[in-house]
Amino acid sequence: MKYLHLLFSNLRRRKARTIFTLLSIAVAFVLFSYLAAIRTAFAMGIEVAGSDRLLTINKVSIIMPLPIADMSKIAATPGVKEVTHASWFGAVYQDSSKGFQGVSQFPVVPEEYLRMYPEFKLPPEQLQAWLADRQGAIVGEKTAERFGWKIGDRIPLQAAWTQKNGSRTWEFNLRGIYTGDAKGVDTTQFLFRYDFFDEARARGQGNVGWYIMRVADPAQADKVANRVDALFENSAAETETSTEKAFMQSFAKQTGDIGAMITAILSAVFFTILLVAGNTMAQSVRERISELAVLKTLGFPNGLVMALVLGESCLIAILGGGLGLLLGSWLVSLGDPTGGALPIFYFPARQVALGAALVLLLGLLTGALPAVQALRLRIVDALRRV
Amino acid sequence: MNGILQILAIIGVGLRTLRERLGASLATVFGVAGVVAVFVGVLSIGEGFRAAMRPAGADDMAMVMRTGNDSEMMSGLSRESTEIVKQAPGVARTGASPVASAELFVVIDLPKRSTGTEANVPLRGVQPTALAVRGSGMRIVEGRMLAPGTNEVIVGRAASREFSGLDLGAVNRWGKSSWKVVGIFDAGGTVAETEIWADVAVLQPAYNRGSFFQSVRARLDSPASFARFKDALTTDPRLDVQVQRESDYLASQSTLLSQIINGLGSIIAILMGIGAVFGAINTMYSAVASRTREIATLRAIGFGRVPVVVSVLAESLLLAAFGGAVGAGLAYLAFNGYQAATINFQSFSQVAFAFAVTPSLLARGIFYALVMGLIGGLFPAIRAARLPIATALREL
Repeated sequence: MKYLHLLFSNLRRRKARTIFTLLSIAVAFVLFSYLAAIRTAFAMGIEVAGSDRLLTINKVSIIMPLPIADMSKIAATPGVKEVTHASWFGAVYQDSSKGFQGVSQFPVVPEEYLRMYPEFKLPPEQLQAWLADRQGAIVGEKTAERFGWKIGDRIPLQAAWTQKNGSRTWEFNLRGIYTGDAKGVDTTQFLFRYDFFDEARARGQGNVGWYIMRVADPAQADKVANRVDALFENSAAETETSTEKAFMQSFAKQTGDIGAMITAILSAVFFTILLVAGNTMAQSVRERISELAVLKTLGFPNGLVMALVLGESCLIAILGGGLGLLLGSWLVSLGDPTGGALPIFYFPARQVALGAALVLLLGLLTGALPAVQALRLRIVDALRRV
Repeated sequence: MNGILQILAIIGVGLRTLRERLGASLATVFGVAGVVAVFVGVLSIGEGFRAAMRPAGADDMAMVMRTGNDSEMMSGLSRESTEIVKQAPGVARTGASPVASAELFVVIDLPKRSTGTEANVPLRGVQPTALAVRGSGMRIVEGRMLAPGTNEVIVGRAASREFSGLDLGAVNRWGKSSWKVVGIFDAGGTVAETEIWADVAVLQPAYNRGSFFQSVRARLDSPASFARFKDALTTDPRLDVQVQRESDYLASQSTLLSQIINGLGSIIAILMGIGAVFGAINTMYSAVASRTREIATLRAIGFGRVPVVVSVLAESLLLAAFGGAVGAGLAYLAFNGYQAATINFQSFSQVAFAFAVTPSLLARGIFYALVMGLIGGLFPAIRAARLPIATALREL
């Protein structure tokens, strides 16, 4: 600890350089924070996907419906614990140019759906209110906040579905606002009642979009999926069942090149900035080789001189990197830079830990070469060098 | 005059001694080049996507769908409605028949060739007039047009390249029926090239759509007829439709993805720019530091402060410009024409496009480099000018 003073005076000798090196490292780690959040956003919630949930969609495409009659057959399949369904709605709120971007809207069976997704937390009295109102709907807190909705609000949506009365304006009463029990949970969904939807729509009665089921044993998920698909083979609507995780992964892969490209670019930038900053840090030690020789002359052991050099580079890395990670998590928490286009945008704790590890690694690596030089330094040679 | 000569002299000295500071200077060039390459690269994604969403001839093509829907896939039009639309004033005609096509737009799951993972590929049901409606923007380059009433399809060049099973002559089983690829079409690299086309009359029953369509596309007899066409349809009490130029429709379909690309792109560019400026400032500070005695000597023999400032700035700008040019060149080589495919969330389907490094992007990249060089050189330049001559001369 008594050498800390020495480390800090070394950092102070060229204040400008120290400050700008610190700031470059900080910027690199701000970028790292965004990189982590963007990767999470493009992964679309895979991290929180339930491993015991399966999704069954129409084999041709998810936009094709499945008959509601399939439900009882799925429920009777060995290995299936419970099953529910959801459908695609695709409405816009207010101005169609502003859209309802990033907000999924599904007609569902309230209790079944919430049992299937226990990560959606809805206060019991709000659930009761929803169950009591056929035109009731609930929404995630993120969307409620975005549009300034309060419980009791009447929300008109312009839907793709026509009602029996010919209108395509569907009105809902907001009965609840759900929250997520973890950071990555999608709290943007707008959920309303399937019984109301199915009765009111002009066509397509008796169909649902997809089935969601929970398996008794996640290890048997593939077998159960095959069993379900076998039920509907050669029927009018053949199915394709996969785990929720696999389904999300394959959907996330659809962003394909763009997600991969942005991740690759950000990583390249991150390492470039670190390279340049590391070079400056190493250079600053090289300039002081003769001082290190003086320290050795004064009787500082080799190990201590090496530790001082390493300590200095680690100090810079920790100060700069720490600042960057703090600033980064703050900026990420302000929301995504695309204005609501990415529903899931946060800096996962695991990535913060990875960032901290990279900070240490940076300090050790940039200090390593000069430190070894310092260790091997022969006093006479070094003092002769001006 | 004397001042200019002084400036040139100092710049000369600076450049001749540049070799001694090669490491740090190269780090700056490298840093700026990296920033510019990434800056241009990221923006070329957006440019390429926008270019793909701007097909030739889209201005005199009208797109009609049901009101209140923001994409084709959600729309729905009855056969009667589509017939009324086709007969509206302003639609181009060949002989007596209108150049218009009532269409169905669905997606099917097909594996990507590159990864083998499933992707939402747009499948469009069209009427025989569809090619004529698209005009010069689209032509069959291999095989032939599909025959009406059959399970034949034609596929866009990009679709054929990106997704499995779309080679000319291939037969695919999608849903309950088999489809044969009989032609490949070119649409100048625009969004339609990612589509598969089938006869709408065959597609409707295959997708349980009865006699429903989703949109009508009509070629106008001139771009100016749009207002007349639109007024006629929106005032017709039998219809509940919205009318857009195809170009406006496609622009509206690209807002979300553009927003994502531009939002992320600008964050990246800004942060990187800040990082590179810090790097440049460091380099120029150490350049000034290592030339302390030299600068002091020059000042002692009568060179003014301004030439010193200008020379440091010039060196920094030169390094930045060089880095900018290298970065822009790299970006052009690495990104221009790069083929990519992604999902357009608004149309819920894949769109393939090529990254476009345009001349204006290159210019912006180099301009950005110069700004970085200017900011990076300014503070060190001021320090150089303020060096007290007597003490600076004594420095080692």
